[in-house]
Amino acid sequence: MSLPTAPAPLRRPTHGRLLGGVASGLADHLGVDVLWVRLAFALLSGLSAFGVVLYGALWIFTPVTRADDEPAGLAAAARTGRRPRSSLARGDLGQLVALGAIGLGLVLLLARTRWGVPARLLVPALIASAGLALIWTQADATDRDRLASTSWLASLGTGRSRLLNAARLVGGLALVVTGLVVFSLSSSRPSALGETLLVLLVVVVGAALVVGPLLWRLVRQVDTERRQRMLSQQQADVAAHLHDSVLQTLALIQRKAADPRAVVALARAQERDLRGWLYGADEDAAASIGAALEQAAAEVEQAHGVPVEVVAVGDAPLDDDGSALVRAAREAMVNAARHAQAPVVDVYAECADGAVEVFVRDRGVGFDPTAVPADRMGLRGSVVGRVERHGGTAVVRSAPGEGTEVRLRMTLRRPVEGAQR
Amino acid sequence: MSAVRVVIVDDHAMFRSGVRAELGDAVVVLGEAADVEAAVAVVLQTAPDVVLLDVHLPGGGGVEVIARCQARGSQARFLALSVSDAAQDVIGVIRAGARGYVTKTITGPELVAAIARVADDDAVFSPRLAGFVLDAFAGQEPVPGAGRQAIDPELDRLSTREREVMRLIARGYAYKEVAKELFISVKTVETHVSAVLRKLQLSSRHELTRWAADRRLL
Repeated sequence: MSLPTAPAPLRRPTHGRLLGGVASGLADHLGVDVLWVRLAFALLSGLSAFGVVLYGALWIFTPVTRADDEPAGLAAAARTGRRPRSSLARGDLGQLVALGAIGLGLVLLLARTRWGVPARLLVPALIASAGLALIWTQADATDRDRLASTSWLASLGTGRSRLLNAARLVGGLALVVTGLVVFSLSSSRPSALGETLLVLLVVVVGAALVVGPLLWRLVRQVDTERRQRMLSQQQADVAAHLHDSVLQTLALIQRKAADPRAVVALARAQERDLRGWLYGADEDAAASIGAALEQAAAEVEQAHGVPVEVVAVGDAPLDDDGSALVRAAREAMVNAARHAQAPVVDVYAECADGAVEVFVRDRGVGFDPTAVPADRMGLRGSVVGRVERHGGTAVVRSAPGEGTEVRLRMTLRRPVEGAQR
Repeated sequence: MSAVRVVIVDDHAMFRSGVRAELGDAVVVLGEAADVEAAVAVVLQTAPDVVLLDVHLPGGGGVEVIARCQARGSQARFLALSVSDAAQDVIGVIRAGARGYVTKTITGPELVAAIARVADDDAVFSPRLAGFVLDAFAGQEPVPGAGRQAIDPELDRLSTREREVMRLIARGYAYKEVAKELFISVKTVETHVSAVLRKLQLSSRHELTRWAADRRLL
């Protein structure tokens, strides 16, 4: 199976998770199917509950995916509830139960042998960890809602959700205490000193476990607030920039209302700008072929008032050959925009198997390639010639009335990593 | 054939009226809705042929509308319409059951044609959706003779022909032009596109749900 070359950062997603999202986060990070990770955790739980401890540790130390990890437009849509929220499907719940049963079964099975954890320890440990899971899930939930309210006391929520959260907290506490009590009762020792020490230890450990989430939450909160300050400054900057550009465009559109072509071009340029910010990643035009093509398309659109739609599949770093390819593609776009009289120019780029292919197509007037008119010499020189000088191929296909398609292909000198799958 | 009956679901009133005007007499608009609740109610009440569905919608998004309508036995077909271009959301709506995706910049006649296609139970792939699909199934060239042993490996990869059709659509070819280019009938093109839609909806490749995060440099 194919591995992404840059692994996703280890984050706990809020979508598609069963418990804390540890397994799905880990699966994303390692590039394996999440079921295997979950199964591994369940099996490891058999080894003296090692899987449970590991899961708990990862749960604590792995941050959740934050809203600001997504492009601004998507984050906003998610906040206002215009995107699907994470929810458990029934099948997922079945999987959770099945995996839990496997883990529990293993633990119980091993408990019967001499390698396992004795039931004296196991039962209270299970009760206590259920309680802890409850408490920590709540810590998690508040972590997610942090953007809405900053105080963790206020984050207990309002109305029904406050009641629910409180119930969760109390229930969790009760389970932890029960577990610890059962533990200390079942392990009575003859020595009084030992007993006192044991009770002391149990109380200290219990207190640490319960207070832990609260402390942890406080630490996280400081971090989040710092992030938020940075974020709000950035947002203010971007908002200022956007408002400037949008207002500017609207003013220009009003002044050029008599010229439909100019209005369309202005609207398209503004749309591209907004779209890039709202839904796209920050792409540096100098960094990749896809981004460079997007930029070339935007420039051609701006200069000639014909929409240029770019669809890119895969991407590759921009080297000398790639730059030449993009310049040739840009020239083909200019030709189409200038001569074809087509309403739109379609650009499709595909980077795969160590080669880049770019198609520039219009449904315009077309021409007879065997009788190239003088004004099409640019196509031969600056498109075909340029690509061939860099070891690529260029094919121009056109017929009067059928539009034109320029097909460019270039093998990347540096073999594309991950292309041979 | 009687005119196709349509419901428009979008949270921007200006956009709804714009679409209504562009559609004109080509279809019958039965109703409009601005959020998930209203959309489900209108769809169940009027039983339209096609629902034009915005991807982002108050109340849980287009996915929620499709899920709730289909859970209550609606036979309506959904055509996703979005300005967002966010691959994971578009793929999400398709996987929920939409039969196609077009961008909001689509022209009136093209939209009418797309609606007719969806009403006929065919799939509508815009160049952008075709690009998403090729990206999602990238690196899955069919290996002759391999496979068979997995549960249903056919769902996880595109056939050579399907890939060709997708690439032509991504290059801006209309179905008719694709047919001419590959020397097949339009009907066959439609069959291929429907097969791709089915794979997109049923494939268990977890890349499909999270591929957007990996969409970095190869």
